[in-house]
Amino acid sequence: MQSNRDLGEGIPVRQATSQMTWVNYWDHFLARCGVNRGGHRVEPGLYALGHPTPHSPVFVTANYTLSFDALRSALAGIDGYILVLDTQGINVWCAAGKGTFGTDELVRRIEAVRLSDIVSHRHLILPQLGAAGVSAHEVKRRSGFDVEYGPVRAADLPEYLKRHQATEEMRRVRFSLIDRLVLIPVELVHMFVPTLLVAILLYAISRWLAAASAVAAILAGVVLFPILLPWLPTRDFSSKGFVLGGIVALPFALAMFQRSAAAPLWLRLSSALACLLALPPVTAFLSLNFTGSTPITSRSGVKREIFTYVPIMAWMFGIGMLLTVGVRLFQHLGGA
Amino acid sequence: MRASMWNTLEYDAQWCIGCGLCSDVCPHGVFGQDGGIAILLRPDDCMECGACQLNCPTGAIKVDSGVGCAAAMIYAALQGRRKQRQGATACCAPAQASCCESSQPSCCDNKRCC
Repeated sequence: MQSNRDLGEGIPVRQATSQMTWVNYWDHFLARCGVNRGGHRVEPGLYALGHPTPHSPVFVTANYTLSFDALRSALAGIDGYILVLDTQGINVWCAAGKGTFGTDELVRRIEAVRLSDIVSHRHLILPQLGAAGVSAHEVKRRSGFDVEYGPVRAADLPEYLKRHQATEEMRRVRFSLIDRLVLIPVELVHMFVPTLLVAILLYAISRWLAAASAVAAILAGVVLFPILLPWLPTRDFSSKGFVLGGIVALPFALAMFQRSAAAPLWLRLSSALACLLALPPVTAFLSLNFTGSTPITSRSGVKREIFTYVPIMAWMFGIGMLLTVGVRLFQHLGGA
Repeated sequence: MRASMWNTLEYDAQWCIGCGLCSDVCPHGVFGQDGGIAILLRPDDCMECGACQLNCPTGAIKVDSGVGCAAAMIYAALQGRRKQRQGATACCAPAQASCCESSQPSCCDNKRCC
């Protein structure tokens, strides 16, 4: 990405390398933590990787640094061109879902960089997941370029390029433990301030046990849920979240019951019940929100979940919180 | 004809010309090829990304595509209600959290706005 070559027409072809630097790794780390979201961008346009000739392949990607870097590092030792579309710093799949990694932008970009003057062939290799925004036959009709869908992951490109054929495995998205783990930091960063505020509020109402239970319910949704996803029973995310939230709430409910041993039984039961009502929906709601980070949920499925479970979550949480406040008020006023 | 009770995928084999693009682009192996035409292998696994529909040259595949993201859908619903109250047209766009949270209106407003 250092020197710019000008092809005499005023359109620069930037030079890219397959080498990753510490600056790149630091940028990846920040992106994974959600710092300056949307700011991890590469300048859109055409890049030369190694020493490409007019016969060299053209690879298309998004202008998100993680996407661009995954592609160029996978292509180590290969001479080719990288056509970077303007996806506003969003990865290929999400941008394809929005249409920014799409037919229009691709056709526009092919013309803007005058690709047909630079390469002699009329062939583009796109990441498979770009297909959600790109219509291959439309691109052909409008630009004359053939679209070939490569593998899902850039890392499979060297193997793929040997025969230009993808294995079953290369064509599938995975959602392995590692894939799920890397999603946690962003969520933690997002939830830090809200969690702190909730903890302080609950400490004021009902001391440390309530504050700790809320933090546990939130962490269960944000950290435990992604980790345990495949092993939690049931199909949809909300009910999985309810199961997990219930398990996490149980010890807190017991502790609440034990705490005020001198209080009347109904009061102890009420504070335990408040825990079991208020905590699981918190975990379940956060679990439901995790649908947006996964490669397995469909829109109609999530819609169905929202209509089925969000009202239940709201009622449970509302009654649980009222009960918590009620119990505390009674204890204060009644001196129990 | 609906291919699965879990999603909106529809496939009409009589239009299939056997180009194989649907099996290439599907990230969940929903389609396979048999006897020169596409067949449904795992219709229940469809996540409605829309890649097959967009790349089918004969329109044999239909799916109500969108992003399955609860946060964005709830956000869009709340925004829509607010906008409706203000008399503006509601945006029914389901937008991925990664887009909407970064408050890039260009991204959210880009597609599927009614």
